[in-house]
Amino acid sequence: MSKTPAGTLYRGREGMWSWVGHRVTGVAIFFFLLVHVLDTALVRVSPEAYNVVINTYKNPIMAILEAGLVAAIVFHAFNGLRVILVDFWKKGPKYQAQLLWGVVGLWVVVMVPFLIRHLTLAFTGGH
Amino acid sequence: MAATTEIQAPRSGRVAPEYTRHGRSRGSFEMFAWLFMRVSGLVLVVLVFGHLFVNLMVGEGVHAIDFGFVAGKWADPFWQVWDLAMLWLAMLHGTNGVRTIINDYAEKDGTRFWLKAVLYAATAVIIVLGTLVIFTFDPCPPNAAAELLPAFCPAP
Ligand code: HEM
Repeated sequence: MSKTPAGTLYRGREGMWSWVGHRVTGVAIFFFLLVHVLDTALVRVSPEAYNVVINTYKNPIMAILEAGLVAAIVFHAFNGLRVILVDFWKKGPKYQAQLLWGVVGLWVVVMVPFLIRHLTLAFTGGH
Repeated sequence: MAATTEIQAPRSGRVAPEYTRHGRSRGSFEMFAWLFMRVSGLVLVVLVFGHLFVNLMVGEGVHAIDFGFVAGKWADPFWQVWDLAMLWLAMLHGTNGVRTIINDYAEKDGTRFWLKAVLYAATAVIIVLGTLVIFTFDPCPPNAAAELLPAFCPAP
């Protein structure tokens, strides 16, 4: 490849885009977590209050949003392990791009069975 | 092609001396925060994946989640400790991550100060609330309809 990046090794391509993805998913998970602690806190109000709110989550639109949230968490988790390898493993920086493809591969391997199970449960299972 | 990028000094506060303009370290807080992101990340992989698997994949998955389900889990100290550790680690990890992002993008001192003030206030409220809920939770609240409670609650 002749395209030597000017000025920085990290601009564009795997290094930069994985960082963008890590940042976007990290913030999204954080805001979800704030809401998730609040809705769970309703168990302390009353069983009825908790069940009413949780039942509003049990519909196809929320099932899709949940799938998106899990997709974000699984990417952030595997890419986080990649960041740790880049920082602590001697060969990490050299293989950072290959590691990202490993992250994407693992993400697919986890997400396919998860989606089959979760969407089946959400769209057909239950009461 | 003579465009040069100006690299500004980090705005995060305490950084290693070779990266500061004034040439001396102001403590090791940023180093500790950096390490904490990695250590908490490793632990969170186990806690979060276990949480998602038990709540979404086992049995009836999402359909099973109701008061009785949560009460059944938190009647067991194992899940209380699990969820408490997950709450604290995820909140501190997420808060430190968002702090980094605020430092990166908010250029005015005042904007940075207020965004972080709101962030830390929200974090404190959520951690205190979540901790209280886990510790003061009663799986068999008096006066609740029996069919909403887990099976092990004494009959009213
Ligand atoms: C599931 C296991 C997780 C792992 C392995 C993990 C790993 C990491 C690592 C290593 C970093 C530091 C990146 C860097 O310094 O460049 C990071 C950043 C971050 N994490 Fe996580 N994390 C996990 C879960 C979470 C959760 C649950 C949240 C939200 C509450 C979260 C939110 C963030 C945010 C906002 C950042 C900052 C991103 C940035 O500076 O660009 N992470 N994560």
